Amino acid sequence: MLHIDQPEDRGGPAQPLVIARGLAKYFPLKRGLFGSGGAVKAVDGLDLEIKKGETLAIVGESGCGKSTVSRLLMGLIPPTAGEVLFDGELVGSAALPAKEYLRQVQMVFQDSYASLNPRLSIEESIAFPPMVHGLGRTEAVERAHDLLDAVGLAPGLFAGRYPHELSGGQRQRINIARALALRPRLIILDEPVSALDKSVEAQVLNLLMDLKEQFGLTYLFISHDLNVVHHVADRVLVMYLGRAAEIGPVESIFAAPGHPYTRGLLASRLSMDPTKRRKTPPLTGDPPNPVNPPPGCRFNTRCPIAEPVCSNSQPNLAAIGHTIHALGHEAACWALVPGSGHSLATRKVA
Amino acid sequence: MRDDLLVLARDLRVKFTTGVNAVNGVDFDLRQREVLCILGESGSGKSVTLRALMRLNPPTKTIMSGTLELGGRDVVQASENEMSDLRGPFVSMIFQEPMTALDPVFTIGRQITETILRHENISRRKARRRALELLELVQIPSAKRRLDAYPHELSGGLRQRAMIAIALSCRPKLLLADEPTTALDASVQIQILLLLREIQQELGMGMIFVTHDLGVAGEVADRIAVMYAGRFIEEGPVADLMRQPLHPYAKGLLGATVHEGSRGKRLTTIPGAPPDLRDLPGGCAFAPRCTEAEGACLAHLPELRTPVPDRAARCIHVDDRPAAFGERLAS
Amino acid sequence: MLLYTLRRILYAVPIALAVSLVCFMLVHIAPGDPIDAILPPDASAETVALVRKDYGLDKPLPVQFGLWLAHVVQGDFGRSIANRRLVADELVSAASKTFILATTAASLGFVIGCILGGLAGAFRGTLIDRAAVSFAVGGVSVPHYWLGMVLVIIFSVTLGWLPSMSAGPGDWAWDWLHIRHLILPAITLSVIPAGLVTRTVRGVVVEILSQDFMTTLRGKGLRRLMLTVHVMKNAAPTALAVMGLQLGYLMGGSILVETVFAWPGTGMMLNQAIFQRDIPVLQGTTLVLAMIFVALNLLVDLIQTALDPRMRRT
Repeated sequence: MLHIDQPEDRGGPAQPLVIARGLAKYFPLKRGLFGSGGAVKAVDGLDLEIKKGETLAIVGESGCGKSTVSRLLMGLIPPTAGEVLFDGELVGSAALPAKEYLRQVQMVFQDSYASLNPRLSIEESIAFPPMVHGLGRTEAVERAHDLLDAVGLAPGLFAGRYPHELSGGQRQRINIARALALRPRLIILDEPVSALDKSVEAQVLNLLMDLKEQFGLTYLFISHDLNVVHHVADRVLVMYLGRAAEIGPVESIFAAPGHPYTRGLLASRLSMDPTKRRKTPPLTGDPPNPVNPPPGCRFNTRCPIAEPVCSNSQPNLAAIGHTIHALGHEAACWALVPGSGHSLATRKVA
Repeated sequence: MRDDLLVLARDLRVKFTTGVNAVNGVDFDLRQREVLCILGESGSGKSVTLRALMRLNPPTKTIMSGTLELGGRDVVQASENEMSDLRGPFVSMIFQEPMTALDPVFTIGRQITETILRHENISRRKARRRALELLELVQIPSAKRRLDAYPHELSGGLRQRAMIAIALSCRPKLLLADEPTTALDASVQIQILLLLREIQQELGMGMIFVTHDLGVAGEVADRIAVMYAGRFIEEGPVADLMRQPLHPYAKGLLGATVHEGSRGKRLTTIPGAPPDLRDLPGGCAFAPRCTEAEGACLAHLPELRTPVPDRAARCIHVDDRPAAFGERLAS
Repeated sequence: MLLYTLRRILYAVPIALAVSLVCFMLVHIAPGDPIDAILPPDASAETVALVRKDYGLDKPLPVQFGLWLAHVVQGDFGRSIANRRLVADELVSAASKTFILATTAASLGFVIGCILGGLAGAFRGTLIDRAAVSFAVGGVSVPHYWLGMVLVIIFSVTLGWLPSMSAGPGDWAWDWLHIRHLILPAITLSVIPAGLVTRTVRGVVVEILSQDFMTTLRGKGLRRLMLTVHVMKNAAPTALAVMGLQLGYLMGGSILVETVFAWPGTGMMLNQAIFQRDIPVLQGTTLVLAMIFVALNLLVDLIQTALDPRMRRT
């Protein structure tokens, strides 16, 4: 009999679960038969590591490429460039065929309704993926019931229902249960609580934290809500127009953001203290269209500390942390690069 | 004394022909220059209440009752013509999704001028000049060029600014906003909130803001009303309510909101789900989910209790003797 | 916009070429020899060969197509096999008659359809709505040659109010003498577009009325008339697109109705050409009708783009 269990840990705890190198995705713009209109550089050269058992959050505004990253990692769209290693093995190689990889990575989307088949009962929806992968019907249904239990929905009450009979929060629980059905190691959560009411959001966040322990999961958590990210994440990747602006441990980033964009985003959070209201917004303007990103540092058009060097060339991620808590804290900003020519950067020590 | 009263609502009820009781007895006043935030989750009736103020709910499917006056004029009984005279010069509204709330085939300038020309007897040229001033007021860069732009040619933030300009085109005394920043990016959201607050103060408007986000209320409101199952279950000044909510639902909502300092902790949640608005329970609608509920809660609807002047909550556990409230605050 | 227009016209060229090839081939693929239609069955083999050579029917097909196309481009569609007259002259006369009929019917259908569809959409679920939808279903389903005959029986035969045949004496003119000939066929032909436009406009209006921006517009205090202007401008691109295509169908598809009313247009010309195996006439007519269809499609696209700012590109 076939069992679908969580695959063994091959690389050991020190081996990152996911390594992505030079990941890029360009969407060509169609302009009729004559002449092509360039491309939207949704993701443009991204390096990324997700450690085993951690929650890595990607934050950023519309057009930053965070959802494209999740779709690239899920294999839903082919990358323009770059490669992905999963537990040390190249995805798509003989050691890790794409199908085996995709079983170990599952995804939960923002729209809980659109991601469920309206004609399948809850039980069938959850049992379907394991059955496709060869698990017998009885075992699959049994697993579905266990998972319903795990996400806090009584199987006796919910197994036979259909998606439209459930509330948004309940449907999102179903989506989570279904993602767990193949016993994956990585779950990509793409704005999983953005469409939910606050009281339901809290329930789902609690559930996600519980399941992570219980099933030994690693999360890639994509969100625009910095409060939620601060609550759930271990490390944070801040993206802007398809590039990484900053990455690092959540405490370090929230306490001492290095990139002016991260500072602006953090300052844009709504204060919960009406006695301390500000007068001026931290950032001005909208995020630009990724079709024509500005030259140099992509943030230079909205950056409060931009200087000529910023529109000349593109900065890369470089370590900025000097304390033990800030280990792995990197930002891509010329003001932080010694000798870059930015007036805020220290002079290069000769 | 009542001259500066913009809105007066007493036992306002809105029922839909589908059987949904969306608003079930709402009382409030709004004075000039005052900003009220109606805070609630989906299905609480907050948007329906807001639309009821302008009578914008689908006319053939809506039954309104109770008392509702805008600047002393009866909204419940007014004819459609009288209502449309109020919309624009007295009260106007901005919406959540600026992309769908603007007519896609008319330019921004046209959508502003047609409002002005509808209500004021001025020339097209003057109306266009006013439109330009409005775009500058809402801080749209290269405003002149944007007059002739279509909505899809603007970014999300600029579209919402244009929406605000349209709403302001006849200098309303009362501005209604239905989750105007929910669809926007974080860095744009705060820009729009600050802009609205600035314009509200500059023009001396009253404003009613509907939101599900406590943080939004914290940025713009003078007073907050928390709505549940079509009723205001608590109302009070923003700082007091956010610091110390009285009603168990308001407490639950605050506890469930992710904020700085909640990291690593379990979030408090509210068990259960909101009631079916077709078939509301008698008594307190929150009682079935309330940890403090007792028999009396279900017997009949708790009255609004006022522990201190200016604050009120619909819960039998709220002590309306000011002395007792003071003790509780102190402990 | 100019660039877009030029590009769209350029796109139409291969379509036009393909259409002309099909027109040319169809006649040759069909069974039967066109010579049989011209000559009596007992004509000698010599005569047959002579006539065949005279019409160019002895050459290989690609050469025939090339020659034909070269002539067609110069407006020379050859001579009719049946009556030896210039096809081009016949075509101009017939096409103008058909054009009069088709545009009248299309305009009538468009106006009726917009009014009924608009009312049905605005008063969805009421008696008005149901009546309009019934009319639309009826209009689309009724066979129009049958409707034509019924109208002839009522208005020509029984009441004797209107003529049942031809387009009136001599050349066409917009006077009562001629217009009375136009009324019955135009009404008959307008029923289908009226039904289709009703259905389309009703759907579009219902959709527009449910949009958020309608609430915004009501919230600005706009009166009913201004709201109607907004609805119309939003509905126009779709309604015109349907109408443009219908006009195309009417230009080519009125064979039956033109035959019923003996209206001397392209439909009747085609009908005769088919029975007489008059290849030059068939080819010329089909080609001209197809080109009109292509041109109308192009026109509809351009008008739609001009009306809807979201479709505009550089």
